[in-house]
Amino acid sequence: MNSILEWFGYVAERYDDILETTWEHAQLVLVVIGVATTVAVLLGVYVQRRPTLRAMSLSITGIFLTIPSLAFFAFFIPVFGIGNRPAIVAMILYALLPILRNTVTGLDAVPPAVVESAKGMGMGTMRQLFQIKLPLAWPIMMAGVRIASLITVGIAAIAVLVGGDGLGSYIQSGLTRLGLPNSEFSVWTGVVFTVLLGLVLDAMWATIQRFTTTKGQRI
Amino acid sequence: MSPDAKIRLDHVEKTYPGTKVPAVESLSLEVYEGEILVLVGPSGCGKSTTLRLINRMIEPTGGRIYLDDEDVTKVNADKLRRRIGYVIQQIGLFPHQTIAQNIATVPKMLGWDKAKVAERIDRLLTVVGLDPDTYRDRYPKELSGGQAQRVGVARALGADPEIMLMDEPFGAIDPITRDRLQNEFLSVQEDLRKTIVFVTHDIDEAIKMGDRIAILGDRSHIRQIDTPERILAFPVDDFVRDFIGEGSTLKGLHFETVDEHVTLEPYPTMHVGEDPTAAVARAREAGTDWVLLLDDQEHPTRWVPVSDLGGGSTVSSDSGSEVVAKVSLGATLFEALEQMLISEAAVSPVVREDGSFYGVVRLTHLNKAIRRARLEAREHYAQLEATS
Ligand SMILES: Nc1ncnc2c1ncn2[C@@H]1O[C@H](COP(=O)(O)OP(=O)(O)OP(=O)(O)O)[C@@H](O)[C@H]1O
Ligand SMILES: [Mg+2]
Repeated sequence: MNSILEWFGYVAERYDDILETTWEHAQLVLVVIGVATTVAVLLGVYVQRRPTLRAMSLSITGIFLTIPSLAFFAFFIPVFGIGNRPAIVAMILYALLPILRNTVTGLDAVPPAVVESAKGMGMGTMRQLFQIKLPLAWPIMMAGVRIASLITVGIAAIAVLVGGDGLGSYIQSGLTRLGLPNSEFSVWTGVVFTVLLGLVLDAMWATIQRFTTTKGQRI
Repeated sequence: MSPDAKIRLDHVEKTYPGTKVPAVESLSLEVYEGEILVLVGPSGCGKSTTLRLINRMIEPTGGRIYLDDEDVTKVNADKLRRRIGYVIQQIGLFPHQTIAQNIATVPKMLGWDKAKVAERIDRLLTVVGLDPDTYRDRYPKELSGGQAQRVGVARALGADPEIMLMDEPFGAIDPITRDRLQNEFLSVQEDLRKTIVFVTHDIDEAIKMGDRIAILGDRSHIRQIDTPERILAFPVDDFVRDFIGEGSTLKGLHFETVDEHVTLEPYPTMHVGEDPTAAVARAREAGTDWVLLLDDQEHPTRWVPVSDLGGGSTVSSDSGSEVVAKVSLGATLFEALEQMLISEAAVSPVVREDGSFYGVVRLTHLNKAIRRARLEAREHYAQLEATS
């Protein structure tokens, strides 16, 4: 009980720094999600009705997700040097699978009769995609984005090991000084704010989803 | 080429990729302006394929398709489809759009201005029997199946196309609602006079909806194409006979009306308080066992058996039994037959618009009407044979 209060004190003293670090962490995640969503959605639309490409892209992005993150981050250091860059690239690759899979699943779930009637009324391929298919697949795609966001928030804490920013720095500095004063508080700060950031971002996606779908699509 | 052919298929052919047997083989067909042509046939015979060839949902592998004598086989398919209303069994309303947005689909693509689109939406909802204020802003999931299908029809009518293609539009709806939708659609069509190709596998629906019916066999071969009356009266071969099934004669009675087809016979009648002796004499002369009692407005009220009229008894307003069955002059012979079957005197009284007695329909009238229809149909086909 006492130590929780002390931790609060620790946080209060460094409040500005913690917030700034959290914001850096959030920026990493937002960049990753932005790029990954763009790539995965384009890819998903392209491969959805092409069985071979679809199977290939799903398994390749699946394999990315199984590569241990530290190794994956390090893998890009020779190309991008030390810093945020190798981490961002690796995290983008991680985030692809949930968004890609949900894009494909979402498009699969568009009722054939809806597409048939859209086509039958003279909507071209692009109109069908932007006015019918993507809006209908959107809630499922957003679910993918939310999963990707949660995964990325967690993994981004490791970016610090390849020289990146983010809340990982609190965890790392705490762990390297373990046993010394405040070292545990530092670790806790990193963990708690990472989790909080994950929840806040998730709530944000949920809000965006709410305002980008119509009443007709909600259950 | 008939001058009023709105749609013309000329040796149209469709073989799906990866199949050997064509789904549609050398089909030539004309659809006249303002008619409902029903394509009917067993499952898998190629009805939907034929329909989807007309708006190029699938591309023909041979032949030509003309709308208003314009070859549309090579025109821009999307633009073509905006000129043609398309209704399918599963409806396919856009779930994320309101009813109004759904109906506005084609008008918006055609660049109509907002006010015109809004006006059109309300008009169409009214046409299909839905109150615009109630339904405009609903979403498809907030509709019953019947209401959704009405919206489907309204949406297809969106930009007032001259041609409508309908693939089993009422197929997934319960029989009572289906019947109502059919009737409503027919009365809408009275006004709109669209050129409609209507697919069904239900011969009764075909008979009801069609100005003409094309009965299709395998690979969309036309086995017979004609008015429902003539097909019922004269099925050209066993395939057609089997397809229209039992009761085709009875169904034929739907197309004969009491006033058009039947010379009505007078019938012995009398009024309350009248001397029965004269009435009995009239009944004897006419060879009937009944006298029809009329009230002072000449409405038929009761059947009085001749045997009740003997011995100088007078006739009161509760003699005999009530007339429960009668038909009006515009009724079909089918309705007349139904009334006849429940009528005491085994004939169906016919009344004018004001309810006054006009005459009776007997079984022999039906028999004559049917035989005449059959004869006419047979002669028609004999003539076709001779001229071809
Ligand atoms: N996309 C397709 N690819 C290959 N064959 C097809 C395709 N669509 C239909 N067919 C075949 O073409 C034939 C005609 O099909 P169609 O859907 O036109 O029949 P239909 O008369 O509408 O039947 P139903 O009453 O069951 O709807 C069938 O043998 C069907 O198997
Ligand atoms: Mg079909």
